Amino acid sequence: MSDPIEKVSIIISKGSLEGVYPGLIMANGARAEGIEANLFFTFFGLDAILKKRQGHIKVATVGNPGLHMASVVGALPGMSALATHMMEQKMDKLDIPSIPEFVEMISDTGCGMYACQASVDLFGLKKDDFVEQVEEIITVGDFYAKAAGGEIIFT
Amino acid sequence: MTTTTLAGINVELNDEGFLVDPSQWTDAMAAELARKEGIESLTERQWQVINFMRTQYLAKGTGPSVRVLGKTSGVSIKELYQLFPKGPAKTAAKIAGIPKPKGCI
Repeated sequence: MSDPIEKVSIIISKGSLEGVYPGLIMANGARAEGIEANLFFTFFGLDAILKKRQGHIKVATVGNPGLHMASVVGALPGMSALATHMMEQKMDKLDIPSIPEFVEMISDTGCGMYACQASVDLFGLKKDDFVEQVEEIITVGDFYAKAAGGEIIFT
Repeated sequence: MTTTTLAGINVELNDEGFLVDPSQWTDAMAAELARKEGIESLTERQWQVINFMRTQYLAKGTGPSVRVLGKTSGVSIKELYQLFPKGPAKTAAKIAGIPKPKGCI
């Protein structure tokens, strides 16, 4: 058998529902397997840990071929909200937690949570804008230091 | 698959170290399985989780995930990871002699 994975650092860079969940599921799954994990949020991925935004993350209905819907339809008012609502209902049935609940739970598993300094500067944000689970705002150099000795996954 | 002796009984373990036949499990076996996981002696709180896992498995045919454990076992997610740092559901299932819980969340 190959050597087991002992540590992962997962980057979440997108701010859509389908952009945020995979990274959260991978981080949570890593901890469940006893693997050390860090989550690093950058660019629009920061929405997942912003107090004001994390409860309002939507499915992208434009430019998303996976939805099998013409982009002009996806651009109609309310389409994104509708698609998000449908997705959230399905997730609720499967007992998949909402993003705020999931972030809190993953933090409780002992996974580190960090925000990207460059994106924080770009969007004019402060530490106080983030949910309490965010430990620090760090630079890319700090990220590599924290990721040392493990795998890095970009989502 | 390997054959080994736990608490005086010959048992089969799968590649990940889970008991192949959960009906062979005994309380005494738990202590030996725990030592394999680096837990020298099981505390009352750890036993609470192990017994909960086993009861759930016997009732439902599958052990609960960490999320379900956190919501229903009376032990918080934070404490679960303190009790079983190498993965609460996975480790407790192994010690409880039941299969590894399935599911992604």
